Amino acid sequence: MPVLDGSELRIIGFLCNWCSYGGADTAGVGRFVQPTDLRIIRMPCTGRMDPLFALKAFLNGADGVLVSGCHPNDCHYAEGNFYARRRLEVLERFLPVLGIDARRFHYGWVSASEGAKWQQVVTHFTEIIHELGPIAKLDPELAVCAIKAMDGAVQPTAAAPAV
Amino acid sequence: MSQLEILKEAVAKALPDLDLVLGWRQGINILRTAPFIIRSAKDLDNLVWNRLCVNNLSSQLMHLRDKRVGILVKGCDSRSVVQLLQEKLISRESVKVFGLPCTGVVDLKKLSRSVDLDRVEAAVVTERTLELSADQGSLSLPLPEVLADKCLVCKYPNPVIHDALIGEPVEPWAPAELPAQAAFAAMPLAERFAYWREQMDRCIRCYACRNSCPMCFCKDVCLGDSRDPHWQSQETSVREKWMFQLIHAMHLAGRCTGCGECERACPVGIPLLTMKRELNAITQDLFGYEAGVDPAATPPLMTFAVVEEKIKESEW
Repeated sequence: MPVLDGSELRIIGFLCNWCSYGGADTAGVGRFVQPTDLRIIRMPCTGRMDPLFALKAFLNGADGVLVSGCHPNDCHYAEGNFYARRRLEVLERFLPVLGIDARRFHYGWVSASEGAKWQQVVTHFTEIIHELGPIAKLDPELAVCAIKAMDGAVQPTAAAPAV
Repeated sequence: MSQLEILKEAVAKALPDLDLVLGWRQGINILRTAPFIIRSAKDLDNLVWNRLCVNNLSSQLMHLRDKRVGILVKGCDSRSVVQLLQEKLISRESVKVFGLPCTGVVDLKKLSRSVDLDRVEAAVVTERTLELSADQGSLSLPLPEVLADKCLVCKYPNPVIHDALIGEPVEPWAPAELPAQAAFAAMPLAERFAYWREQMDRCIRCYACRNSCPMCFCKDVCLGDSRDPHWQSQETSVREKWMFQLIHAMHLAGRCTGCGECERACPVGIPLLTMKRELNAITQDLFGYEAGVDPAATPPLMTFAVVEEKIKESEW
């Protein structure tokens, strides 16, 4: 999904510092080609993942949310991902209640050495999100404002005050 | 002796050992009751107990932790007490529970569709009907039409925890299917987003839902009020309103006892209990857990199993 043709969507990735963030790094070091729709937020552990992070991302217009951490039994903090698994499963099942397609959310486990698996996960998830298309926006007019503001920032007008 | 007389007697007997007892008194009109605090035997004259005692008094327990408190509970309210005990938010020794077997309370929002609540002069509940009279005449309404939805699907009409049970236990009834819940369940995914958007747009962020919720205990440091961390802004957009309701819902995941106070307290009629019920069904299905039934249980999201029976690992 090349960024330049404007077809890129917004996917937010919440990655555990010890496994998946390392895995994504491994994929980068290995120069595996990945879609560029994903924006990564690093967390200390998936146990830090508040389901509200994902919900806030969706309400703010994220088209997909991906959470990835250490495999069960491999958590750096022994049990963080076990708690996360319960919470995220509840969240995944709760999304359809809100009218958000559960496929827009994915949680899984990628270790620091699994660069190739990371590439697959990102590619597969991005494909799903592109099949689903952009999420319904709560306030489209706000998005338009933001785009206009960005345009303004790129091409400053003569009226812009000098600092 | 009527249930109210037995209740008064039991409260009067226990009162010397307690700082206060939470009960109901007559409210601003014949159909409304209000929570009130009984401190002495003469306050008992104002105590009422009938099908209009809708408030779940256990939402006050958290604020009275340093006191010895007596509390009057219906079946549904008792589950809140159990949940508070389970989470060690209150201690068993400092709470004396007067359990009231209950056959359902009247939903004033439902009633207000057919009646001007302020003009009712007398209300009597019989076996199957609610009899109202006003200066223009009288009206008889079938109970299932005016009882709260939560009562129609109630599984615990008898308090699950009590130190004194007032009156005889009642026979539980078969839960009815709620039209509102069924209609929501049948709603296609694509319409639900628009549905909630419309519902949440009405929210005025009065926080009545939060304040009446017995399980919502971090009211002094609520994410809805906090600007640091900046979970919420003071903006009035539907996004902020919806987000607040999601904060409330997610913080109640696996803890909500379905007492329905949020929906009852909502001045603009957002179907909050519909959302909470869906969430409760998820935790029930995933973890086989029902909140507020067993004081010794652990809420499902505060624990884990190394091998989860119902959670399937994703294939990719």
